[in-house]
Amino acid sequence: MKFAGLSLLSAGWLLVLAAIVLLSAAAPRAAFALAGCGVEALGLVLTVRAHFGGYGASE
Amino acid sequence: MTPPATPVFSDLATAVCILFVFLVPLAAAGIALINTGLGRSRSAAHSMMTSLAVFAVAAVVFFICGFAFQGYAGGPGHVLRIAGKDWGWIGAQQFFLRGLRFDGSASSLVAWLQMLSVGLAAMIPLGSGGDRWKLGACCASSALLAGITYPIFAHWVWGGGWLAQLGANYGLGRGFVDAGGSGTIQVVGGLTALSIAWILGPRHGKYAVDGMPAAIPGHNAVLVLFGCLLSLLGWYGLNSAGAILFANADPKRCVLIAINTTLCAAAATLATAVVTRFRFGKPDASLCANGWIGGLVASSAAAPFLAPAAAVLIGMVAGALVALSVEWFELRFQVDDPGGAVSVHAVCGIWGLLALGICARMPDQALNGAIGNQSQWLAQVVGIATLLGFVLPLAYGLNWLLNRFFPQRVAVEGERQGLDLHELGAGAYPEFVTHTDDFLNR
Repeated sequence: MKFAGLSLLSAGWLLVLAAIVLLSAAAPRAAFALAGCGVEALGLVLTVRAHFGGYGASE
Repeated sequence: MTPPATPVFSDLATAVCILFVFLVPLAAAGIALINTGLGRSRSAAHSMMTSLAVFAVAAVVFFICGFAFQGYAGGPGHVLRIAGKDWGWIGAQQFFLRGLRFDGSASSLVAWLQMLSVGLAAMIPLGSGGDRWKLGACCASSALLAGITYPIFAHWVWGGGWLAQLGANYGLGRGFVDAGGSGTIQVVGGLTALSIAWILGPRHGKYAVDGMPAAIPGHNAVLVLFGCLLSLLGWYGLNSAGAILFANADPKRCVLIAINTTLCAAAATLATAVVTRFRFGKPDASLCANGWIGGLVASSAAAPFLAPAAAVLIGMVAGALVALSVEWFELRFQVDDPGGAVSVHAVCGIWGLLALGICARMPDQALNGAIGNQSQWLAQVVGIATLLGFVLPLAYGLNWLLNRFFPQRVAVEGERQGLDLHELGAGAYPEFVTHTDDFLNR
């Protein structure tokens, strides 16, 4: 799951780049870029959750 | 697109810059003391030794290949052409600093400052990997940071790369601006620290079976707080030299930079003290120290472009963020980060970058080949997205691969014994009984 999370992080970044390159109007560009950031946030949540509770050595 | 020109500095700017670069190692000294003080006493010598070792490794690797990949604005670089625009993605300097003239030129000053900066960035993950990270693994991980992760991102921001050119190419303000390294040094180091904390896992005894964390307090608050004061001097150097070299700031602006840096750290400490006072009943010394560094980190990006009142505001938010995020990472996200490196360097660094887009008053002169002020915030958001979407997966991937071939965590016995005895053969405080056994079931 952690690699899915990291992949989502990268996918979100690529969405942000796509917004900058493909869109020229300010509002759609900003909205699309923020949507990419939202995908990154999902990836971060997934990566964090993937690292929960796997610490038997800590008990 | 016209490639960015290499700046030419006046004698005054060169002299001031050299003076401030001399201060930068004090930031590294401060971080080393803080990491050591926040760790256990039985790993104190190991902590200082690893600080020195990773600084050395980072400097040498940066000399060998790091600067070649990073380059400097106006220097040679590899460019991709995307939709009619040039995207500089990696430098093409010669290895071993060949081809540089060490005569106070902009390129030689950049190489010197960056050699120190990469050492500082490499020391940040030591805070999150404290008490359980092998010395050899620290050095290997630092080599990856100094040879790959740091130079690539630094080229994009400070080497005339595509992030710097967002203004000239796409009309996003002056492009991604990070004068003193909130992103390039601090967030890169902080995200690597997060990767290391995930890969190593928490210290033994940190989490109970039900996931509740145990408090493992730092062993020397005096070291920690003295490290904060040393760091202030280092940050004066970092923010001022960075502003001259990467934001074309007039040397006289260093007064404003120093005032803003001080105010940001002071406001952050007070905010942390207030938040911890209300949450825990008393102000927490180690968290206040983290707040101080968080304020310094947040100041780095925008110190040359802020009104002092804005610096106070940015510092207050950074201090509150430190107090809250340290708790979130430890309690909710189960990230064992003894030095608070992720909260201080990654979270506050990201806030500093965003704050530049919100609060900065950019000068009239061109920066990164652009003069516009529109959508500066979006350029900063693109930079932050790049840190999270490129630097974090890259740092995690490189350290995960390293861990596959060369396990980075010490054996259980080494952690129980303390890294001083286990890895160095001698403790930092040989005349004192320094610990009890905290491996008993709680």
